[in-house]
Amino acid sequence: MTEERKSPIDRRTALKVIAAAAAAPAVIASCQQGETDTAASPPATMNPLAAGTPSDPDLLAPVVPWERSLTPDELDTLAALCDLIIPADDRSPAASKLGAHEFIDEWVSAPYDGMKKDKVLVRGGIVWLDGESNRRFGARFRELAADQMTEICDDICYGPDAEPEFQAASRFFDKIRDLTATAFYTTKEGMEDVGYVGNVPLSQWDPPPPEALRHVGLS
Amino acid sequence: MAKTQAEYDVIIVGSGAAGGMCAFVLAVNGLKVLMLEAGRNYDPVTETPMFQLPSEAPLRGGGTPEKPFGYYDATVDGGWQVPGEPYASAEDANFLWWRARMLGGRTNHWGRISLRMGEYDFKPYSRDGLGFDWPMTYADIEPYYDRTEALIGVYGSNEGLENTPNSSPGVLMPPPAPRVHELLTQKVCTKELDIPVIPAHLAILSQRQDADGWPAKLFPNNELAQRVVRDSMASRAACFWATPCGRGCSIKANFQSTTVLLPPALATGNLDIRTDAMVREVTVDARGRATGVHYIDKRSRIDEHASAKVVVLAASACESARIMLNSQSSLFPDGIGNGSGLVGKYLMDTVGAGVGGQFPQLENMPAHNQDGASAMHVYMPWWLYGEQAAGKLDFARGYHIEFGGGRGMPGPGAFGGLESYTNGAYGLRFKEAARRYYGSWMWFDGRGEMIPNEDCYCEIDPDGVDQWGIPTLKFHWKWSSHELNQARHMQHTFRDIIVAMGGKVTSTVQDDGARAIAAPGQIIHEVGGAIMGSDARRSVLNQYCQSWEVPNLFVPDGAGFVSNADKNPTLSIMAIAWRASEYLVDEMNRGTIG
Repeated sequence: MTEERKSPIDRRTALKVIAAAAAAPAVIASCQQGETDTAASPPATMNPLAAGTPSDPDLLAPVVPWERSLTPDELDTLAALCDLIIPADDRSPAASKLGAHEFIDEWVSAPYDGMKKDKVLVRGGIVWLDGESNRRFGARFRELAADQMTEICDDICYGPDAEPEFQAASRFFDKIRDLTATAFYTTKEGMEDVGYVGNVPLSQWDPPPPEALRHVGLS
Repeated sequence: MAKTQAEYDVIIVGSGAAGGMCAFVLAVNGLKVLMLEAGRNYDPVTETPMFQLPSEAPLRGGGTPEKPFGYYDATVDGGWQVPGEPYASAEDANFLWWRARMLGGRTNHWGRISLRMGEYDFKPYSRDGLGFDWPMTYADIEPYYDRTEALIGVYGSNEGLENTPNSSPGVLMPPPAPRVHELLTQKVCTKELDIPVIPAHLAILSQRQDADGWPAKLFPNNELAQRVVRDSMASRAACFWATPCGRGCSIKANFQSTTVLLPPALATGNLDIRTDAMVREVTVDARGRATGVHYIDKRSRIDEHASAKVVVLAASACESARIMLNSQSSLFPDGIGNGSGLVGKYLMDTVGAGVGGQFPQLENMPAHNQDGASAMHVYMPWWLYGEQAAGKLDFARGYHIEFGGGRGMPGPGAFGGLESYTNGAYGLRFKEAARRYYGSWMWFDGRGEMIPNEDCYCEIDPDGVDQWGIPTLKFHWKWSSHELNQARHMQHTFRDIIVAMGGKVTSTVQDDGARAIAAPGQIIHEVGGAIMGSDARRSVLNQYCQSWEVPNLFVPDGAGFVSNADKNPTLSIMAIAWRASEYLVDEMNRGTIG
């Protein structure tokens, strides 16, 4: 550990701090000129103060510190299911294009109790889904035609309406739908799909636009 | 860090709201200060993840036991559990103790809600016979509220409502315009329910500070203070209405001790900071005066001693009480300054309970930016003083309402539960539903006053020790009917608001307050444990946060709180700490301490 790393904010650092903050308006100006993408991309520098532990990770250079655990086969089945849940359309790509199945792997492989339970649910669900596909259509889920996939998923997509023999599968489907939505809508593409237009620096904060006020009868 | 002083006038334990404010006030007044912080060094300017998306973080930024408020939350080595630093809870107490082991403490991630306590709040016992009166009045603290707000920067407005004080003219910054869901709520609450909805007060710069005007007004005749404050204010940018405050703020637009108090304090040349220094106990001489503290250097794991003429404990309510209880000597067998036996007693948190709703008129909202100040722009102060005075309510104290919703950045869990609105949609129907329902949910949270009681306290756990060899705390807790009934009232009020707005309640409305109320400690407003008073037999500190028994020992953090009004405590901690610090300076100059 270097002396630099050990020291709390000394006056030299404080001066640098002041210089950096004073430059902030320039950042705003450049962003307003359409360079918001640069503001949204992670800085390349590592944080020398962070310990890199789970309670003190480097927030500027995130890493997933645990190993993924699903097999390539499981991931292929998941990708097909994710894309059935959130397919491509003219506004945004399909969920797997944004890594939804890989996120589910990250999730179920995490060392936390809730995720460990989800891992059992997800892995068991994949076995069931491929098994059910084979029973009904003689092929694995990812090899089915779209209408065949839909036929199975219509039976498991909503717990309150699902037959007793599909209750367990519907819990699996529900979990995958939630995780796929989390994966998809936390990306830039997913945010744009629902019309999230924030996370950009503004020079001033304005009241809502007239069309928004009219929408709720406040104009 | 390099030790720049041969000896210190004051040791300050802790670097958050209280410690930061004391360090700042003492340093600009020329005292030589050593600050000891149990956590690591932390620099919001270089470390804050501004603009990063959840998709760049593990678990899409979701909370884990190590990062309860999510990956990007500013908290370092903190949460309701800190590895190697356990605490115990008596059976059924279920107290949750949040700590942040970092320079600046909890001020780095806090909600920035900065509400003044009012006249009633300083004299609650005189009003309803419950709890205790503070040894000072609102008028005593009012100038320090003004000065604190001007120094740190607070947006809000003066509405002149009962027990909701105005700030002096020119102190507050203009509040940001409300968002659509806030305007809708404001309209229905004020017109149909007689609930006022007014601009919130948040420690966020809605414009740049007047760096040329404020320093001379705040510190007449103090050139040093004026210089460092001018430089500090000039270094802060105004909010650019993006990226959540809870991550910290690299442009210093919100209040953090690490961006607003410690840099000018350091710039005086009168402050040294030692991080990773976990204080165990205050040491005393044969006369019973504090001589310094023992602390564990966390990197070497060696017990060190630091000396000063005055010791200030600002480690947070429970941690300061813990240090006092652990400071045992022949003169103070039950802990330093604990002749009253009240150290650790009368812990309080805030009463919290919430209800969610979904609002059809917010569906398919035309896209526009609703980030704003990330936290609320408007809120509801307590409004039923009359009903309470008339005996119409079954609880004695008030609560305010915090609420949120709208088209913020989608995070983990986004659109979870959408299947219940669509009978299990997937495919293109799911995408269409997400577009329709996005931003149509809101949440209402009550934040209410808890009355101190005999059953809520902490003590040294005879069986507990942390990894630094320091005896740990055991918590005891029991709500009274005032808190439980208030939580029920919150539930019913929020249901009424949601229904009046034409929304659908999305959470269970509890008729049993015990099922609605947040666990003690969960709201992270714990105060008490070394209460102030005007009688040395029935309090630990005087109104200047000075120990009755050890005149060179001060405890200016939340520990001294006599009540816990619904006004979030951080602003009051800073105002009270400022006043205590000036008293400390005066007493040192007079030669009564140190």
